[in-house]
Amino acid sequence: MSDSGFEADRDEASLVARLRAGEDAAFEELVRRYGGRLLAVARRFLPAEEDARDAVQDAFLSAFRAIGRFEGQSRLSTWLHRIVVNAALMKLRTRSRKPEALIEDLLPGFLEDGHMAHPAVAWRKPADDAVEWAQLRTLVLDNIHRLPEAYRNVLILRDIEELDTEEVAEILGASPNAVKTRLHRARLALRGLLEPHLRRETA
Amino acid sequence: MNCREFVDFLMDYLDDTLPGRQRAALAEHMDECPDCEVYLETYRETVRLGRRICRDPEGPVPEDVPEGLVEAILAARRAS
Repeated sequence: MSDSGFEADRDEASLVARLRAGEDAAFEELVRRYGGRLLAVARRFLPAEEDARDAVQDAFLSAFRAIGRFEGQSRLSTWLHRIVVNAALMKLRTRSRKPEALIEDLLPGFLEDGHMAHPAVAWRKPADDAVEWAQLRTLVLDNIHRLPEAYRNVLILRDIEELDTEEVAEILGASPNAVKTRLHRARLALRGLLEPHLRRETA
Repeated sequence: MNCREFVDFLMDYLDDTLPGRQRAALAEHMDECPDCEVYLETYRETVRLGRRICRDPEGPVPEDVPEGLVEAILAARRAS
């Protein structure tokens, strides 16, 4: 590990110790240090800014209460990440459900002989410059939010937050196999939603 | 193997969790079916785009926490 890594660890350990001692300044430091990152995570689950901020607030309050149980086996940032994911999912459950698409309608169609009903078309090269990438990122996030919630959450947790299958299964109270199936379907559906926007123009 | 089966096993194929024979059957299908080859590439790109969003250095600055939110959290903690 590099010197700066050691320093970061020592810094984190001292912050945790101050949090446990109930030092007010330490709580403020925690919020300022990690708040932005946690808000970015919450926004991916909760597009309404108000909801995302509520989830971050809930997450910090949970973290404050639970800091005595933080064992230091994972990094503080990993621990907080998990807490904000749970807070965001909890917040989602309290929202009234919007009518959603059926996953079956978003999956690829096949002919009776098993061939694709609509052959896939190659996509254009991914964006290089910042402006194009900003548009692409919006496009991807908007379409992720068109997926039914159960599929959307798995896709965000696995492909964007990069938690592993077991962690996602535990968070969602589902079996690892169910998580895998939902992830695959969510990707198929998202692929189909993105295709009309990303297909290479043919002359 | 047909396209439907190919699509069903695509994730396991990319994760490299299929038994050898099944894996070979998918590869063989892809050799014969350009549509499925394109399908695999665009599926992979879909996953890549998601990952890139999370690691995006161009994305909203992660350290940038709104002052109003900091105040609200500290106030909520004092009240709790």
